[in-house]
Amino acid sequence: MKLQKNTQLALYSVLEFAARPGELVSAAEVAGKYGESAHHLAKVLSDLTRAGIVESVRGVGGGYRFVANARRLTLLDVIRVFEDLDAGPAATDTGATPAERALRQVLAEIDQMTGATLGSITIATMLRMAPPA
Amino acid sequence: MPRRRTPESKAEAPAVQVRAARRADLPEVIALDATVTGLHKADYWQRVYRRYGVAGQGMRHFLVAVAGARVVGFMIGEVRDWEFGSPPCGWVFAIDVDPRARQKGVGSQLLGAMRERFERVGVRTLRTMLASDNPLILSFFRSQGLRAGRLIPLELDIGPPP
Repeated sequence: MKLQKNTQLALYSVLEFAARPGELVSAAEVAGKYGESAHHLAKVLSDLTRAGIVESVRGVGGGYRFVANARRLTLLDVIRVFEDLDAGPAATDTGATPAERALRQVLAEIDQMTGATLGSITIATMLRMAPPA
Repeated sequence: MPRRRTPESKAEAPAVQVRAARRADLPEVIALDATVTGLHKADYWQRVYRRYGVAGQGMRHFLVAVAGARVVGFMIGEVRDWEFGSPPCGWVFAIDVDPRARQKGVGSQLLGAMRERFERVGVRTLRTMLASDNPLILSFFRSQGLRAGRLIPLELDIGPPP
């Protein structure tokens, strides 16, 4: 599985903010750390804000802070803000050939395991796996 | 917003202790299981207690977490040898925590106690098997450091659904 660049950036940002609960972190700091432009990151952070995962505070000393529950928010929750992980056509699609149905069945198995894995790893667990440097 | 536990509420909660289950715990275990699963399985739990509660011989464990005088959780596990070509490993196959006592470290204490018991008999791997559509319990075991292992569960439907 390969995540889109924006999705990866969103996950890194969420981990940065969640590692410093209550603290306002500037977009420029996160952008600099991951070698991205602040302009590019702003779009990602805007989506995270709309999803209720972070909130933005404008003005001098402003920035972003994590406002979700790190013990409940999962990688899948964040990924779904940016990507559609819903399965493709059903394996039982009557218009498909037997080979197509068989292949879809295998891919659906993989999707199921991917979803279960991403949906079981919370931001709190990620922070334990990769404590901030 | 993240919930913050106040110092007052922390002080009010009785300390949780983990110990081997006793016969007198069974009514509370049965009630807790029924609360979580919706099924009252008294006969099943009597059998489980006979097998894991009194005849474990250091290889089978039926643990309860007790807060004050109340059972707030339980865990069952056993050491299995050479199944699936695997050296002895500790399997955890049942865990429940009272919904009112969750997010307070009860599950972690139960798993820690089970791990200690497995380690005492030389076990170096702890395993469990979980429903892929139960993110709550999957998240708990993930938070405790469990990862995908070298075994992959497979199954086959061999009859019509009940």
